[in-house]
Amino acid sequence: MQFLRDQLDKIKPHFEKGGKWEKFYFIYEAHDTLLFSPNHTTKAKGVQIRDAIDMKRMMMTVIIAMIPCLLFGIYNVGYQHFLALGQEAALMDMILVGAIQVLPIVVVSYVVGLGTEFAIATIRQHPINEGFLVTGMLIPLVMPPDIPLWQVALATVFAVVIAKEAFGGTGMNVLNVALTARAFLYFAYPSQISGDVWTYLGDGSAVSGYSGATPLSIGANAVTNGENVVASLGSYGAGWADNLFSFSNLFFGFIPGCIGETSTLMCLIGAAILIITGVGSWKIITGVFGGAYLMGLLMNAIGVNEFMLMPAEYHLVIGGLAFGAVYMATDPVTASQTESGKWVYGILIGMLTVVIRVFNPAYPEGIMLAILLMNVFAPLIDYFVVNANKKRRLQRATV
Amino acid sequence: MSKFIKLKKGFDINLAGKAEKKVADIEQPETFAYKPTSFHGILRPKLMVDEGDNVKAGTPILFDKKNDKVMHVAPVSGEVVEIKRGAKRKLLEVVILADKKVESVEHKKFSVSDITNLSRDEAQEIMLKSGTWVNLVQRPYGVIADPSESPKSIFISAFDSHPLAPDYDVLFKGNEQYFQAGLDILKKFSESTIHLNIHGENEVSQIFSHAKNATLNKVTGPHPAGNVGVQIHHIDPINKGDIVWTINPYGVIQIGKLFLDGVYDASKIVALTGSEVSNPQYYKTYIGASIKNMIANNIKSDNVRYISGNVLTGEKIEDNGHIGFFDHQVTVIPEGDYYEMFGWIKPTTNKLSFQRAFGLLSFLNKNKEFVVDTNAKGEPRAFVQTGVFEKVMPMDILPTYLLKAILAEDFDDMEALGIYEIIEEDMALCEFVDVSKHDVQSIVREGLDLIQYS
Repeated sequence: MQFLRDQLDKIKPHFEKGGKWEKFYFIYEAHDTLLFSPNHTTKAKGVQIRDAIDMKRMMMTVIIAMIPCLLFGIYNVGYQHFLALGQEAALMDMILVGAIQVLPIVVVSYVVGLGTEFAIATIRQHPINEGFLVTGMLIPLVMPPDIPLWQVALATVFAVVIAKEAFGGTGMNVLNVALTARAFLYFAYPSQISGDVWTYLGDGSAVSGYSGATPLSIGANAVTNGENVVASLGSYGAGWADNLFSFSNLFFGFIPGCIGETSTLMCLIGAAILIITGVGSWKIITGVFGGAYLMGLLMNAIGVNEFMLMPAEYHLVIGGLAFGAVYMATDPVTASQTESGKWVYGILIGMLTVVIRVFNPAYPEGIMLAILLMNVFAPLIDYFVVNANKKRRLQRATV
Repeated sequence: MSKFIKLKKGFDINLAGKAEKKVADIEQPETFAYKPTSFHGILRPKLMVDEGDNVKAGTPILFDKKNDKVMHVAPVSGEVVEIKRGAKRKLLEVVILADKKVESVEHKKFSVSDITNLSRDEAQEIMLKSGTWVNLVQRPYGVIADPSESPKSIFISAFDSHPLAPDYDVLFKGNEQYFQAGLDILKKFSESTIHLNIHGENEVSQIFSHAKNATLNKVTGPHPAGNVGVQIHHIDPINKGDIVWTINPYGVIQIGKLFLDGVYDASKIVALTGSEVSNPQYYKTYIGASIKNMIANNIKSDNVRYISGNVLTGEKIEDNGHIGFFDHQVTVIPEGDYYEMFGWIKPTTNKLSFQRAFGLLSFLNKNKEFVVDTNAKGEPRAFVQTGVFEKVMPMDILPTYLLKAILAEDFDDMEALGIYEIIEEDMALCEFVDVSKHDVQSIVREGLDLIQYS
């Protein structure tokens, strides 16, 4: 340990002012502070002791909360693979197939993203922020398992440069960075992020009856075909994967979809970690689920088409609602920052998600657009909350 | 009308090294210093003494040219041995080599009935000249009270909720009559009420519970319940244009002594606290005492930080440094100038944290007394986390927005978001819990200076 410290101290002067690698100081610093918490002490005036938390630990908590989704995602990619091919496979084989497919996406996301961060930190001479630790994990989890790696790389660079660094870096961005990566792919390469991509088939060919549908696309089709959504979900997969879209499968996540977002259960475990540690806002998470459920009920009441008539609780388990609610909507930088604003923000995301799903057949997944839209409106929500505070103070003055 | 205020937000920082309730005798230190830096808003200090001059306790040694009626006086008698200045010749300390026996400037004595008949102007004149006036702090801004103004109310917090805070019962015991006389004098200045705020649950010292001429309010809850700013917010909030004065019970007693005994008495009891002190206890000394004798053979390790005041709002001083004017506490904690491998991720129950992010398990150990060092525990970052400042700020103020308004130098927003209601100490806990490690208190002072002087 001391040896490592000594080595770091030995090369440090090269990176400091006047050293030959002066430009790369922040890259050195990022590695140094990752290995060793720095020896900085508090200033002479002000607080003399600091809380033991730092940004790295906070971000790491979010990553830990995502691990259930990642592990389940790896398993599910393999599970869906063999299911679609109609083959029996051992658990380890499924995990192996999933890992081979998923881990490169994770690696590409981190390597490309951190590379971009390092480059920008060097150009702009600012410290490397920890924000990408979380983004780097979120991006793979919202990708289809079949995504080409070059697209992951491109989306990551786009998200880091345009959605974050252009605004000044971590803490300054308006839009959720990981969702921007996903939205970029959706708009830039629509054909490769819809259709058959939700199950990794590899070189094999799918069983007859396999269509690559997702529960949401079945819901969207119900509008045109006039079929009961629950019945369609129940009959899908008949012959090769009976009850694939049963409510319990939808909840546990044994369905095709993005790598990390199929399992509501895993997202709830993540939510529990975020809420217990206080890192994620329970108000936003509850708001999204509550808003979606209420809007689902309202849709049931209006009931113009079959998708509207889908029981409200299905909205909570299909698509990426749970993942979005837990990991995306709670991003503290892009969400509402006031406590009462968080309720409004969460509820509106939930409601909008259902509205987009039900009324926009071209794009059945609503949570991504709902969060991005509300990212833009979050400052407005806060504006009203802050104004209410100002008014309260002003009123008090006249009493 | 008395009020009972129950606060829920806040955080009690439970540190090791509480002072034993025992006042020890020590050999008085050789030097005492008057530190103008203890006060905010002294813009153009004018020194009235030179090195080599002899002074008595109560001899005026400086005043502010902007506020030339308010005298700052020597705490003890002796010889001015050093005038310490900092950058741009800023006056830092006037150091006095003390006589063995303190001699005081003599003022007129008053009986209790004389005090009742005294006019505000007469009382003010005596306080200004004698050096006791500086105990009166004006809100907004937290500066020395302007003698030409009348406050809408005067607030006295009768307990301290800071980490390792001294017990006011120990500090002020036996001063009942002086405290009452001080209150009687202060009553002449306030248009409405003197609010004396005691702890709602702990045992309250007689000196406060029997006080007359003041409204007794009860406050409970975690720190910052003892902060006078928080109490003002809930009892009689400051709006634009309002002026409120605050004073520590020590100041009230000092005023009482001035009128009843006719002397400027700078003697005070100071608690020596902190995990690195072998025998944390109380000491009887004077304002501005050097800590040298107090810490001699009483410190457990070498690499420590001496703090005049508490760990949230205090100031680092040297091992022969002097205690600030308003401080009743010296805290000694370990310096944190070390590297820790993977310190940012190792799970631990030994690191104190208000938060619960991965591995920070101190919340499981609520009654444990923690040893906390001065390590910054992270690097400065942009604002990311939200909602946590609000949990430690028991006021209807949005701390993050206020800080951002200050950083943006947006005067209208600063006013509307409540800058008049706070001074540094009210947001010290925000600085402690901040994951982005901002210098919250210095930002607050920056904002107060902007509003006050531009």
